[in-house]
Formats: sequence, C-alpha cells, structure tokens
Amino acid sequence: MAAVGILDVDLCGPSIPRMLSIGRPDVHQCDAGWVPVYADAQKSLALMSIGFLLEDPDEAVVWRGPKKSAMIGQFVSDVAWGELDVLLVDTPPGTSDEHLAVLENLKKHRVDGAILVTTPQAVSTGDVRREITFCKKTGVRVLGIVENMSGFVCPHCSECSNIFSKGGGEDLAKLTGSVFLGSVPLDPLLSSSIEEGKDFMQSFPNSATFSAINSISQALLSSLQND
Amino acid sequence: CDELPHIQAGKSSSCEGCPNQKVCASGATKAPDPAIAEIGAKLSTVKHKILVLSGKGGVGKSTFSAHLAHALASDSTKEVALLDVDICGPSIPRIMGLEGEQVHQSGSGWSPVYVDDNLAVMSIGFLLSSPDDAVIWRGPKKNGMIKQFLRDVDWGDLDYLIVDTPPGTSDEHLSIVQYLSATHVDGAVIITTPQEVSLQDVRKEIRFCQKVKLPIIGVVENMSGFVCPSCKNTSQIFPPTTGGAERMCADLNLPLLGKVPLDPRIARSCDEGKSFLNEVPDSPSAEVYQNIVQSIKDYCSNRVTEEQSTT
Repeated sequence: MAAVGILDVDLCGPSIPRMLSIGRPDVHQCDAGWVPVYADAQKSLALMSIGFLLEDPDEAVVWRGPKKSAMIGQFVSDVAWGELDVLLVDTPPGTSDEHLAVLENLKKHRVDGAILVTTPQAVSTGDVRREITFCKKTGVRVLGIVENMSGFVCPHCSECSNIFSKGGGEDLAKLTGSVFLGSVPLDPLLSSSIEEGKDFMQSFPNSATFSAINSISQALLSSLQND
Repeated sequence: CDELPHIQAGKSSSCEGCPNQKVCASGATKAPDPAIAEIGAKLSTVKHKILVLSGKGGVGKSTFSAHLAHALASDSTKEVALLDVDICGPSIPRIMGLEGEQVHQSGSGWSPVYVDDNLAVMSIGFLLSSPDDAVIWRGPKKNGMIKQFLRDVDWGDLDYLIVDTPPGTSDEHLSIVQYLSATHVDGAVIITTPQEVSLQDVRKEIRFCQKVKLPIIGVVENMSGFVCPSCKNTSQIFPPTTGGAERMCADLNLPLLGKVPLDPRIARSCDEGKSFLNEVPDSPSAEVYQNIVQSIKDYCSNRVTEEQSTT
C-alpha cells in the first residue's frame, strides 16, 4: 500500500479536511516536528491543513502574503511526514504568494511536476494558460491537464449536457504542448461523497466517474515511474 | 493588527514569530496611506459601490459581476463600471467581450475600456500583451495595482461601481476595503454554490465582512439545480447536503437574494463575451438574475433614502 501525504496550502479556503471526513483533531508536536493527521488507521494517507489549526472552523484566515508564505514554509519544513511515496500539494487558484512559497520551500527536494485542473470553458482555460506559464517560469514540469466538470449525463434520460462547454481541456493541451490526462464528468454522487467525507472510489467503483479518475491516476503514475 | 488569527507552532498565540513583527513594531504600518484620501476624493462622484465576493473559487463570481454590470447598464440613464481586481486570473475582459483591448493613458489618468457608452471596464487583463502572460506577483505588488486602479483610472461620474474579486480573504480583499475606507461602500454580494464545501468558505467570507465592517447585501446561490433540456427533469448536480445557501442564510440572518439554476447557455455566453441576459432572456436563470439585480438596486436606493432622512 502506498503512503501518500496531502499538503493543503489553501489557507483561506481549506477544503481537504472535510472531503476526507477528518473533523477537527489537534495537531501534536513530536521530536521531528508536527505530526500530520492521518485519514486512516493504517496511516497510509497523511494530511496537513490550516483547517486543523483554527479554534473556530468558521474563522476567516485574513492574512496577507508574507504571513501566508511563512505558514506554508512551516508546513513544508516542520511537518514530520515520515516515509511517503507521494506528497500531493493542493493549492488555491492563482500565481501568487502560496504558489511561490510552496516552490521555494520545496526547492531542496525534488518536485516531479504539476497537474493542472481546468473546466471545459474558455474562461477557465484562459486562466490555466497563465498557470502553465507560471510553471514554465518556475521550472516546474507540467505533468498534464485534467478537465473537470466535463459534461453531465442526465440520470433520467441519459442525455449528455455540456453545462460548462466542451473540449477546452484537450484544446489547451494541444495549444500548450501538454499531456491531456483525461476528463471527469459532473456527478452528483461525487459531489455528495465529497461533502459527506465518503470515499467515492470505494462506494461507486462501477461508475463512469470512477473509471475516469482511475485512468487519470494510472496515466499519472506511469508518467512518474517512467521519469 | 488587521491580519488575524495569530497562529504559531500549531496554536493561537500573540505576535511572536509573525513575519510582520518588525514592521508592525516600528509603527510604519500605523501611518495612513495618503492614497486613501486621494481615492476618497476621486470616487466621491461614484454613487454606489458593490463588492462581489466568495470564499471559494469557481462558483461564478465573475459571471455574476459581469451580468450585474450588464443589467444595471441596461438603463441607459445610468453610468456603470466594472473593476476586476483578480490580478492573477482576470476573466472579466473575456466575459465582457473585450479581449485584446488595451488601456490608454491621458492627462486625467487611465481610460477604462467601454463596452457601451454607459458601461466601462478595467482589468489587469488589458495591460497584458499575451493571453499566456502570467502575473506572478506577491501581495504588495498586487496591492499597488489595486491602489492604481482606484486612484488613477478616470472613472468619471458613476451610478454604480462593481468590484469583482478573486476568491479568498487576503491581500486583494484587505486592500480593496482599506483603499475604499474613505468612501462609502454600499455592501458586498457573496456568491456560493449549494455545496457545503463552498458554504464552509462563504462563512469565512461573511466573518471577514463582519471583521472589516462591510455590510452584506445578500447571498446568491449559483449552480442551483439543472433542468435537463431533453426530458425537463431537475437534477441537483451539486447537492445541498447541509441545506445549501437557504439554510446558511436562515442560520446567519442574511438575505438570500436568489438561487440561479445551471444553464449551459450561461457558460457559452461568457466564453463568447456576450450577455446571457440578452442572448436568452426567457431562461429561468435569466429571470432569477433579474430579480437579484432588482433586490440589489432596491438595497442601494433604500440606503440613499435612509441617509437623506437622517440629514
């Protein structure tokens, strides 16, 4: 079983704790630093998020850049992750303090690359183009593009509606010479699983959504292994 | 200190270890920025200022801001402007059909870009020469740009100035509130989707508004159900597992301005730079939008009436 860590550097909007159904445990210190919070008994999924450090979950983290950068520096250097196969870093939208802080603090370690997530709309790919430039300028390899919210199949009549337009992810990949990892459809079951902190992959293994996420993960893993 | 909470070594604490400590202690932060008074004077000819906020990204803030601007400007006697302070992800030029436009400087400052005679737009998007350009700026530089947008743009006399923001409660949000502190801001419209993951962040945004004493005009719930164009059945694509914006507004005693259903033609209009309200005026989504806009107009004019009755 692989050991995976998730570092949630969205300080203003930390969503990962809820999505993994990890309530509000205390963060403890050990000799090696802060102990991450584990999502499972086997300790195969470790997580650090500012969500765990707030006394009141509705409290707003109203911080300017330097304070955000300092916290992210601590998250990278002071968390005792232990042996991990993969560390995933979830970022807020943008190309600013958080993104620069993550890269600066990970400089001494190897950053395999970045996955860029878009929706099919031009309004979304328009911003992701700039994110790709950010990666190029900071020397981060673009592992590939994932297109979320890629169509909705009506559960009543099976008609597919392209609610957020169509094809933007693939077009963006072609335009920028990036790998298109795949697309994930809109799925109310995925939305509600995430809300309720359920493991969608365990609950709905036969769904088209599972198949899409699975093939994206496989493509990503082989790309990392071939490196 | 306007940056809260303090967290050190995993616990809430005093200022020790805060990267701002030296600057704070020296008193350098205490002197008010002269730009605040300049902006106060410059924007004295703007009758109503509305901020559009959300805690979460991707909920439809820019879509809403753009259509609010279009709807307000549909009254040709009103002068409307839309200011995009999403420095890293400026979507407004595309949504308003103004991609590729450039900003001009004159003696009286920067000229905004006009969609119609009575609808002006400013965005960093107009200052970038390529759609691939990334604005890789830390907080202070972003703040400087926002200051310039407010102080140096020749807005003229306006009935409404709408400010579209990036998601979060950080530099851009503190700056906008700080630089507008010598003016009157009517309030903020907060955008969410029905998901708890979105509401969780909206509650933080609401706390931010309360902290900086920014009135909240109300909450808009986007992506609120989808009617299949083929069989006309409704699906909740983003199920409101904790009661959606309706329950949150009831709990927090805030107005729910409206629930906008998903319509694929909204995304298409935005991508094409057209107003959805013009393209598909009979859509249920367009009708909800118009009702929301009316509520906002009523809020703004009630504020004026209140002020007049107390003077």
